[in-house]
Amino acid sequence: MRRYLVRRLGLAVVTLAGIVVIVFCVTHVLPGNPALVAAGGHANAQTLKALEQQMGLNEPLWTQFRSYVGNLLHGSLGTSYSTGYPVAEDLLTRLPATVELAVAATTIATLVGVPLGILAGLREGRLPDWIGRVGAILGASIPLYWLGLVIIVLFYATWHIAPAPSGEANAFAATPPAYTHSLILDSLISGYWSTLVDALSHLVLPALTLGLVETAPILKVTRSTTLEVASSDYVRTARAYALSNWQILRNDILRNVATRLLTTLGIVFAFLLGGSILVERIYDWPGIGLYAWNAVTSTDFAAIQGYILTVGVVYVTLNLIVDILYAVVDPRIRLGGGAAAARRQRRPLWSGRRVVELPSTVGTRR
Amino acid sequence: MTALTGLGIDATQGGKPARPTASKAGRMAPVLHELRQHPNLAVGGTLLIVVTAIAIVGHIAPPHNPLAINPNDMTLAPSAAHWFGTDEYGRDVLSRVVYGLGIDLLIGAIVAGLALMIGSAFGLVTGYIGGWFDDIVMRVVDIVMSFPSFLLALTICVVLGNNARNVVIAVTIAYVPYMLRLTRSSVLTARSADYVLGARAVGASRGRVMALHVLPNAVGPTLVQATLMVGWAIFDVSGLSFLGVGIQPPSPELGVQVADGASYITSGQWWDSVFPGIAIVLTVLAVNFLGDYADEKLRGQRA
Repeated sequence: MRRYLVRRLGLAVVTLAGIVVIVFCVTHVLPGNPALVAAGGHANAQTLKALEQQMGLNEPLWTQFRSYVGNLLHGSLGTSYSTGYPVAEDLLTRLPATVELAVAATTIATLVGVPLGILAGLREGRLPDWIGRVGAILGASIPLYWLGLVIIVLFYATWHIAPAPSGEANAFAATPPAYTHSLILDSLISGYWSTLVDALSHLVLPALTLGLVETAPILKVTRSTTLEVASSDYVRTARAYALSNWQILRNDILRNVATRLLTTLGIVFAFLLGGSILVERIYDWPGIGLYAWNAVTSTDFAAIQGYILTVGVVYVTLNLIVDILYAVVDPRIRLGGGAAAARRQRRPLWSGRRVVELPSTVGTRR
Repeated sequence: MTALTGLGIDATQGGKPARPTASKAGRMAPVLHELRQHPNLAVGGTLLIVVTAIAIVGHIAPPHNPLAINPNDMTLAPSAAHWFGTDEYGRDVLSRVVYGLGIDLLIGAIVAGLALMIGSAFGLVTGYIGGWFDDIVMRVVDIVMSFPSFLLALTICVVLGNNARNVVIAVTIAYVPYMLRLTRSSVLTARSADYVLGARAVGASRGRVMALHVLPNAVGPTLVQATLMVGWAIFDVSGLSFLGVGIQPPSPELGVQVADGASYITSGQWWDSVFPGIAIVLTVLAVNFLGDYADEKLRGQRA
């Protein structure tokens, strides 16, 4: 276990370093001119030159990279043009709102996806299975931003049963002191009950939007795991010993689904981070996605860089946690070849050896 | 599973002759059988044909000019004259949807095609050569894939500048790692096969073995992935345009249209955003059904 942990942590560090390099490359090496974009198309040559000077774009690439990494190590992501605050501070105060949304969406997706997936897997080829399969394909075919708009049209504009898509709470709601920068937690801590109710009601539609789209991969994984387990030798043995369906469901199917879901979580969460920019834009949700969208429309490079770096770091950290949890749950990884068993399930871990991977990744995306 | 379909299963179905006769209907029998066995193929294929036909007809002869501004007909609800209503500039939404469908389909196909070519070429070489070259390439691929592809494409597109060409480049760059990884893993399987050993034994060059023996046997999953990627690309390109990155108004690209209408939906003018979205859903649905079928076939072969 310790060897596995050390290697896995080393991998995470290497990946983080790689992420920094890639973010730097994308923003500094690609043949675009950030100064030109920031100054607008009509800037004269003098303004452009001054701006290039100010942004340090005339320095050699290596010097730029060194100062970039140096700033990063001091916890600085630069200053945002549009808000005037340090980007790191901006992102930290907005991250809790995005996490709120992600947690609520994952909860909805799990509550819908897992029971449907199990039902589909147990009734293979019958009606629940067809509903599940078609539902999964349909869920993967609906653009997130469009689904968000349709939900607003139905629940707000037509049926008037949800609050307006105007951020986390009503503009008139009392604002609790910001301990955690999560409105729900803050109002819970300070006992601002009406704000809490308001915040929860504003959370429903965006969480539903993200959750419904997220249901598709969860349903798919649950269904295939259930199919696999239901036709396994140990379930046949369990049936031979006359264990009840309920016992088999609890001991075999749910346990396997849970471990497999753990590995899907990394993919799903990355999807949430990528999708949050669309959903937050639609619902005016004040998380890092909306911040990034504002940065994009005002071509605020420091903010965009900070955002994508944050997403990369969150993703790597989450994968690290999932891998460690997986090792805790599954002794095959903890004790055996470690990486080899993991490789069969998910993305390969770094090692000098080459192991043949089956092309099972068709259709999964991050 | 594929082996079973050839074993006269037809004979048990509704008294149909198991062996097709030489007539035209007879030649179609295996196709019809496959369609009946796999509803996902039937639904996906039909949808794709319909969507493509609409896109082509809509591109050649849209009912109205998709760009013509008409101040007298602003934000009209759907009616006999304008089936999908009109937008805030009085442009006919139906015309814009059928015209924009072609744009999205074309861009989706271009992105998938480019990612397929670049990704499978690199995957073939890195998988076949192996060694430290493979180690380095795969490490880079792993790191690139730790960004959600949509956000990677977004950042690249913002840096390169907003236009149709750059959005294609950005999304392709974001997809190449997926293709590379997939091709490489099939190549690793194919590389150690007996026929490759045989080809090498009779003195075939490295390039010849790669191109004629490894690639054809490794390309299956990659092609399936490329099909699915048309759907991803339509999603991501229209999503970027929705955010104002990539293709710009007044283009009738579908994501641009959804964004145009988005500011009006809270006041009840839903048609402007909803119809372009339905076009996206139907197109991606077609691709995903076909991908589901291909995946089923692939798994059947492997099992």
